Amino acid sequence: MFANLILFLGITLMYSTPLVFGALGGVISERSGVTNIGIEGMMVVGAIAAAAGSYFTGNPWIGFLVAGACGALVALLHAVASVSFAADQTVSGVAINMLAPGMAIFACKRLFDGAAMSPIAPKLPKILGENGLAGTPFASLNVNVTTVLALLFTAIMWFVLYKTKWGLRVRAVGEHPAAADTLGIDVYKVRYVCVLLSGMLAGFGGASMTIGIISQFTQTAISGHGFIAMAAVIFGKWTPFGAYGACLLFGFTQALVIMLGGGDFVVPSQILSMLPYAMTIIVLILFVGRSVAPKADGVPYVKGSR
Amino acid sequence: MEASPEYAVQMHGILKTFGQFTALDHVDLDVRKQTIHAILGENGAGKTTLMNVLYGLYQADEGDIFMGGQKVSITSPTDAIGMGIGMVHQHFMLVENFTVTENIILGDEVCGSAGILDMGRARQKVMELVDEYGFDVDPDAKIQDITVGMQQRVEILKALYRGAEVLILDEPTAVLTPQEIDKLIEIMHDLIAKGKTIIIITHKLKEIMQSADECSIIRRGVYMGTVDVKHSSETELASKMVGRNVNLTVEKTPAHPGETVLQIRDLTVKDERGIEQVRGLNLDIRSGEIVGIAGIDGNGQQELVDAITNIVRAESGTITINGEQIQNTSPRTTFVKKVATIPSDRHRWGLVLPFSVTENTVLERHADDEFGAGITLDYDTMREYTTQLIKDFDIRPSGCEDERMSGLSGGNQQKAIIARMVTSSPNLLIAFQPTRGLDVGAIEFVHKTLIAERDRGAAILLISFELDEVMDVSDTIAVIYHGQITGTFAQGTVDENQLGLLMAGGEMR
Amino acid sequence: MSKLEKFLRGRLAAAIAAVIIGFAISAVVLAAAGYSPVQAFAQLFRGVFGKPKYMANVFIKATPILLTGVSVAFAFKTGLFNIGAEGQYIVGTVLASIVGIKLHLPMPLQVPIVLAAGILGGAALGAFVGWLKAKFGIHEVITSIMCNWIAFYLCNYVVMSDTFHKPNSNSALPVSSSSYTMILGNWKKSAEGKAFLKGIPWLREIMLKTDLNYGFIIAVLVAIAISIVLTRTKLGYELRAVGFNRDAARFSGISVERNIVLSMLIAGAISGLAGALTITGISPHTITLLAAMESYGFNGMSVAFIAASSPLGCIPSSLLFASLIYGGMSVKAPTEIINIMIGIIVFFTALPGIMPVLANRLAKQRREREAAAAGKEA
Repeated sequence: MFANLILFLGITLMYSTPLVFGALGGVISERSGVTNIGIEGMMVVGAIAAAAGSYFTGNPWIGFLVAGACGALVALLHAVASVSFAADQTVSGVAINMLAPGMAIFACKRLFDGAAMSPIAPKLPKILGENGLAGTPFASLNVNVTTVLALLFTAIMWFVLYKTKWGLRVRAVGEHPAAADTLGIDVYKVRYVCVLLSGMLAGFGGASMTIGIISQFTQTAISGHGFIAMAAVIFGKWTPFGAYGACLLFGFTQALVIMLGGGDFVVPSQILSMLPYAMTIIVLILFVGRSVAPKADGVPYVKGSR
Repeated sequence: MEASPEYAVQMHGILKTFGQFTALDHVDLDVRKQTIHAILGENGAGKTTLMNVLYGLYQADEGDIFMGGQKVSITSPTDAIGMGIGMVHQHFMLVENFTVTENIILGDEVCGSAGILDMGRARQKVMELVDEYGFDVDPDAKIQDITVGMQQRVEILKALYRGAEVLILDEPTAVLTPQEIDKLIEIMHDLIAKGKTIIIITHKLKEIMQSADECSIIRRGVYMGTVDVKHSSETELASKMVGRNVNLTVEKTPAHPGETVLQIRDLTVKDERGIEQVRGLNLDIRSGEIVGIAGIDGNGQQELVDAITNIVRAESGTITINGEQIQNTSPRTTFVKKVATIPSDRHRWGLVLPFSVTENTVLERHADDEFGAGITLDYDTMREYTTQLIKDFDIRPSGCEDERMSGLSGGNQQKAIIARMVTSSPNLLIAFQPTRGLDVGAIEFVHKTLIAERDRGAAILLISFELDEVMDVSDTIAVIYHGQITGTFAQGTVDENQLGLLMAGGEMR
Repeated sequence: MSKLEKFLRGRLAAAIAAVIIGFAISAVVLAAAGYSPVQAFAQLFRGVFGKPKYMANVFIKATPILLTGVSVAFAFKTGLFNIGAEGQYIVGTVLASIVGIKLHLPMPLQVPIVLAAGILGGAALGAFVGWLKAKFGIHEVITSIMCNWIAFYLCNYVVMSDTFHKPNSNSALPVSSSSYTMILGNWKKSAEGKAFLKGIPWLREIMLKTDLNYGFIIAVLVAIAISIVLTRTKLGYELRAVGFNRDAARFSGISVERNIVLSMLIAGAISGLAGALTITGISPHTITLLAAMESYGFNGMSVAFIAASSPLGCIPSSLLFASLIYGGMSVKAPTEIINIMIGIIVFFTALPGIMPVLANRLAKQRREREAAAAGKEA
């Protein structure tokens, strides 16, 4: 029983990790006033980039960084559309979600002789080494280093948002861009930086799936994780730690799917697989009215208009 | 005029166009140091555009700016701030969920090492400023929790914090009570004494007479000259602003009130955040009578209108129209009971801007059989109906039936709403800020229509944040404060100062 | 304003520009990946126009995405983002299959009932999302995506369930043949039909080698009907008013909540119909185990975007995208290049600014010329 609980906790942490990165990406982007529905697509690109980077260099850390860079590159498209061209941010995000999986699989087939999945790539290490805690009941708490990184990034983002001048500016731009503009803050620059960071974080999220949990890229490695991460942003009231907590909850439901699916349980696996998605809707029903988005979230800023 | 060190700011030959539209046509402005200089013009005349050029928010197509006789180039607010220019916008540029201190330091933060905020030292710097200028502001309060007057002082502090020597105030009195206006004028004189120069943008003549030394007038983007306020009069300024002689008074005959149409008893309404905004309010309006509600924005006016129109639920109390209770029914029921409303924010509540003028005129009535049998919609009939309204209410341009509503000027959009409301021959007509952002001609039209509706026998509820409008148009004036009616007066039995006191929550002696 | 300026400000120019940019960038991607863009596009072209049956297949491929496109366009006109067309489509296929497998009525009864089942399924899912938005204010994009995945696993559950699973296969049992909607489905296989078709080779190829069905005609009729509803009925007027300005609509007495649910219900019904028509019109006439999203809903969004959300505009744009998708299968490069191309096209339709910027530049040049000319005269 106890071992099972520990296992449960371990799986929860494991599966919440990609979501945490995605959600942090959502937080930083939306806090600056840009809705980023494209998180999903950026995670997919990060997923292939990480697998490929890790496979070809043999160094998963390089894969991780490449994933961040590629995620940011995709985010640049969203930034150009939604910041410079004041495009409909939902449409732009949707376009990215169409474009990104195409690019990812195209790249995968090109790199790996027409295969839609990558070969097994080296994974990022676990925090206590491959066999840390092996043999003890706590073995499943020897989580992947990305899990720790996710928590670390959450803390850093909290500190930057609330304790530094850049955070103050980001929050001001997301609430009242015209006010920030009149004080000499470059609204466009702040938003560009935040959207790029958002893409980088989403890229890390994809990486923590392909070289943290599984060890290769597959077409379904990222399936709706970006959107669950967005729900976590809302549930977490647009704060880093709030989003982190929400992701734990969603990770928990995934763990539930795995734990229940493993045994001779009466519920068919297909029905169990619906759980994280159904859970997201339920959580939104319970919490959406109670959290308030940044005032200028999703509203393009056009200089000179209020 | 030559550039000279005597002048804090000189703008010469400023041309600014937006697409095909010329907003400023070679405008000049010369502001002497340590004076209060007013810029007078109607809504849309280009006053704010001129100041946005000075503040670096817009770049002029042509023209030069001089400060203290030196030519300067201002391409961004950062440049303007660097040259000692501060601007207080009409719609305050404050982040609502930030504290006063956070708002003041934003963009010029007090930091320790590595960009980490030092809020202790920031607060201290803000306190020093507050003390120096004798402002009554709590540095730790959130903007959403303080009064409009205080928010304005925060805006001024923001400019002073950045070392502003020239302060631009855009329509600074629009949201203040008479007493707060007096206080603001005091503050302005104090700032002049401390060596600052102030430019105020306004369309209110009285305040110019009270506070300004000189006044430059702009009409439709054209500079009409500068007058010495001491040697001028309200009438002279008004005719220069509008370009013709204007009648500043509202003409009407005495009212002949009939039966009670609207009766509100113990009405309580909460806002979105669950805070009571209307607290046990009572109000009666009879047919053939205009009741004007005087009050500062945020004292429950919006919630009162929302409750009557059934946009929000009333917590308790009754709203009765001709003896029938209508509270907590639906907006549709309200309209069926012949209550028509001119909303405060016409773009948000009154119009569907991407719709054509024709589509907009039938917003309430599209389901009537008159406009199509069964499920169909008959555009020909709708267009005929609209043509008649365009003619009756002089909506311009004529023949705009198929134009998008967004293409019409503000005044004509307002006329379209009024046309829609008045043709339903309402028993109760609610006019909430009906002249906001309109020019003098359109304001006259609105006031005349309200009086004509009264004379037809409608009950009129006029809610306005412009005290002059309430005092001029209403037969009965009621003051709203903190969600209650705190005093009711017949027109002419009360003066501005008495109303101002009540509006600010004081007692009448 | 010159004619060119007017054209550049129009929707057609924006659509054409997006398509051209889509081809151009795809060419660059192909070249960078070591494929010849010229060859690839030639293969694409031949894959569409090379044989009569290819063209027939384009119409077959266009059917579901025309409907999901109309579904998305309709919702968009009423201010809602129906990213859930995918899930509604899937539920449409599932319910149509279930009913089609269980019922064995004569065709005139069977077909309408099977189609109605699909419509009902899509409508229910759409209305659920609309209700979540109207009642709780949850953004429809997130709930729609969640519903897509729930529909996805629902489909797999039904395929694998004891009642419906076809043994030793990846699919459910086929629906009864009285549900089929192929054009002259029985006649063309009869001796008489075969004899007739022998004389006309191109028709024979289309009739016997493709599942040409009534779906496209139905889809076109739906597009026309939706267009009429939007522009010529009280319902359409209310839906658009709510879409453009929720507050003004409520203020004037229109029920916003009811219209949001209704709009999503109709949008869902259209997507559900798309699913049902796939089951009745195309073999294997049943649902199969899904490994990844089938993208009929997402492609419908592309169709709607490039049609600037005009239901009628969806007709040509669905044919365009069907050509890209079907013809793209003949391209000897990873077929994802087509997805990339579509993504780019949609991305550029999202940038409303590009063509008007060009138009503004032209207008400015013209004004300068006129000013110079006026200067000369003076």
